Amino acid sequence: MAEAIAFYVLAACILGFAVLVVTAKNPVHSVVFLVLDFLCVAALYVTLGAEFVAAIQVLVYAGGIVVLYLFVVMLVNVKRPPEAFRAGGRHAMLGLALAGAVLVEAAAIAVWSRLSPAAPASAAQSLPVSGNTEQVGWLLYTSYLVPFEVASMLLLVAMVGAIVLARKES
Amino acid sequence: MITPTHYLLLSMALFTIGLAGVMTRRNIIIVFMSIELMLNAVNINLVAYSAQVQNLVGQVFAIFVIAVAAAEAAVGLGILLAFYRNKETVNIDEINLMKW
Repeated sequence: MAEAIAFYVLAACILGFAVLVVTAKNPVHSVVFLVLDFLCVAALYVTLGAEFVAAIQVLVYAGGIVVLYLFVVMLVNVKRPPEAFRAGGRHAMLGLALAGAVLVEAAAIAVWSRLSPAAPASAAQSLPVSGNTEQVGWLLYTSYLVPFEVASMLLLVAMVGAIVLARKES
Repeated sequence: MITPTHYLLLSMALFTIGLAGVMTRRNIIIVFMSIELMLNAVNINLVAYSAQVQNLVGQVFAIFVIAVAAAEAAVGLGILLAFYRNKETVNIDEINLMKW
């Protein structure tokens, strides 16, 4: 019961803040709503027992990425009124119609897959450590060591690329 | 009782909101933020099914998605700053230099 209440409250917060992110006139407001949305998603991860992912979500998304967005909004979006970024009526209608079509399609897939019998849940893995963070770390440094190193390489490349792109030409 | 279908519907709705944002907004920063919303929808799916089948690989992949999202945001915003320095606009309708 408590789980259901937590889920519905968090789901309402996530969807409400997501709508506000998309519809806010001022991009700064969008960024603030994005932080709140990411925090609600982190809370949802906690209810799912994924504490490590929740911590990463708060640190990387709400702490890092959104601050990056805020800096760029402040740097870029000072000269024109926010209304200049409203889409024209026909484009907006077309976009909403396409998004609605995707929603209907995905809902049809969800309903149809619910009618078909679900695959039996596999047995719990036996990892030599206990606790969510320890188990995720164990997996990252044993079975998924190569993808982990590739991800770190990707982040290094992205960092160098961002610095090169944003540097002033001299 | 909260089943995986609930999480599936939640992430589907979140993904659609992000998709609508990508389609309807003209400010490229808001388009980027909508893409982040869509990536979050995928992460909700991964973590929910990780909890459902008692297998932590889903959480590992959610961490990889977060790493890729961070890289995407850094490079995308770097490109955006470089573009803004040249063209003084963030409206994607005016970003048509490579449009055929």
